[in-house]
Amino acid sequence: MTKKEWMDALIARHGKELHERFSSAVVAICGLGGLGSNIAIALARAGIGKLILIDFDRVDITNLHRQQYKAKQIGLYKTDALAENLLEIAPYTEIKTITVKITEDNFADILKDADIVCEAFDKAEAKAMLTNGVLSQLSHCYLIAASGMAGMDTPNTIKTRKITKRFYLCGDEVSDVADTIGLIAPRVMLCAAHQAHTVLRILAGEYEV
Amino acid sequence: MVKINGTELPIAGKTVSEYLAATNYDPKRIAIERNGEIVLKSQYDVTVLEDGDSLEIVSFVGGG
Repeated sequence: MTKKEWMDALIARHGKELHERFSSAVVAICGLGGLGSNIAIALARAGIGKLILIDFDRVDITNLHRQQYKAKQIGLYKTDALAENLLEIAPYTEIKTITVKITEDNFADILKDADIVCEAFDKAEAKAMLTNGVLSQLSHCYLIAASGMAGMDTPNTIKTRKITKRFYLCGDEVSDVADTIGLIAPRVMLCAAHQAHTVLRILAGEYEV
Repeated sequence: MVKINGTELPIAGKTVSEYLAATNYDPKRIAIERNGEIVLKSQYDVTVLEDGDSLEIVSFVGGG
């Protein structure tokens, strides 16, 4: 498959205008677990031009029940493993991997080139840190965060809310992983799908939820 | 009155920190939007809630 064949196929699906918006976008994904790995695959398939993938961790056997890695990738950095998987799916996606832990001190530099930031962390404190940081210091960025997708509750409570002009929140907002049996693949994928689709809607100029 | 997450409360004159202290919110897990703008954590102590303010407090839970 040549680059031209791939681009032509995307244009045939999305139309030229939407394809141009998707293919010129830079989207950062902070955390490459159940949310981030699924967001990345959806966005690579849609033809997002550049993905910035950030995670400090390695693929573990306990990740495979919900995260988009393979058994043979256990032990690899998630950044490297996900880049490999994305390039198998969509080989002309530009991918930048950053294998560090995002902190209050480094997020602004790491995310400065992104048009849209997806918060896909596991810990509530990290989610709040990134949300406060991006919204206060990266005034050009949209932020799409996630809260509440654990457990076996109904899928129908996973939703997207627009909190401010630049801040969207996906999830049921209550299902804490600590209070449930844990994270279950389809419910996490639903939340990731909300985040990925919100990215595409913003790029399409559709800002309401 | 100050609207917080859709509920009108008689808390005009209190600071954000004073309001939070009377609730179960964990300040490390929240983000606060006031009249469309994020309130910096460093400003919680000095941001005085005014009559007619509208706030949204997002309280994150774990999982991802």
